[in-house]
Amino acid sequence: MFALEFPPINAILRWPDIFPGFNKIGLIAVVSALIVIVVFALANRRDPLLAPAGSRNLAEVGVDFIEDGIVMQTMGKQGLGWTPLLLSLFTFIFLCNIPGVIPLIQMPATARMAIPMSLSLLVWVVYIGVGLKHQKLGYLGHLLWPPGVPVALKPLVGLIEFVSTIIVTPFSLTVRLFANMLAGHILLVTFGLLTEALLFAETSQAFLVPMSILPFIMLVFLTAFEVLVAILQAYIFTILTGVYINNSMAAHDDH
Amino acid sequence: MEAFSIVVQQADASDQQNIEAAAGAGLAYGLAAIGPGIGIGYLVGKSVEAMARQPEAAGMVRTTMFLGIAFTEALALIGFVVFILLKFA
Repeated sequence: MFALEFPPINAILRWPDIFPGFNKIGLIAVVSALIVIVVFALANRRDPLLAPAGSRNLAEVGVDFIEDGIVMQTMGKQGLGWTPLLLSLFTFIFLCNIPGVIPLIQMPATARMAIPMSLSLLVWVVYIGVGLKHQKLGYLGHLLWPPGVPVALKPLVGLIEFVSTIIVTPFSLTVRLFANMLAGHILLVTFGLLTEALLFAETSQAFLVPMSILPFIMLVFLTAFEVLVAILQAYIFTILTGVYINNSMAAHDDH
Repeated sequence: MEAFSIVVQQADASDQQNIEAAAGAGLAYGLAAIGPGIGIGYLVGKSVEAMARQPEAAGMVRTTMFLGIAFTEALALIGFVVFILLKFA
């Protein structure tokens, strides 16, 4: 048997404070926000008549991706005004996810509950606000009953729809992002520890030491996989935001 | 000697508890992964079929596929969170 001791969960997730109330997670979040702000502010200052270069190139790729890949797919033309919100969500979540695979940092800021939860609450406020703005108080009715529900079923359907829109939606949005990044982080820790334990194993069976290459290959492969997950989760969070906002806007047309 | 045996007994009790927690956690996640596994497999398989039949609709199918995966996968992820809670909390 290997004496492989998995550390307690706090050892791999809870970071010491840099100064009171501010640790590595907060640092990553602040730096991510600053990167987004600086890149897009620089891009904005360039002369739009010149050929795009540098940060403007990057920003245009991002805007194109959000407009074609997310807004047009979920909301159509009427949703183009939401591009700024979705673009900031996507870039911020992506930049919070990607430190999970950057050597020496190795911690996705979204693997703690706080950031995904704050973002989901923001989205929650936005889509309920949009519903109230577009449909006035009728939104509360649309929220509870989809069109064409028989009267006898109204209490039951109303309860289910209320719970699913008001409680389950932000909860699942939070847990999807949080648990994906947490799972990836724990997976990388597991294979890193396994590699280390085999490489430095104090054992009489010498063949165990070179076998540490196997978990190491897996670790490299999983790191590449985590890059994919970081992009995909940012994309999914953004596209779901688009779908929820569209639902709040479009339910009006059903009647 | 008697004190020693008590210590051993206590260690056994807490070990037993750890083993039960680990077994429960593993079982919880295993069960939670069955449904979403079947669901995502079916979903992606059907999407690939649709893309092969109509390559010009691939973009739309892919977006919808990711949406479906996101909703299906949420169940497995809740199972994973339960696993973490049982194992570590």
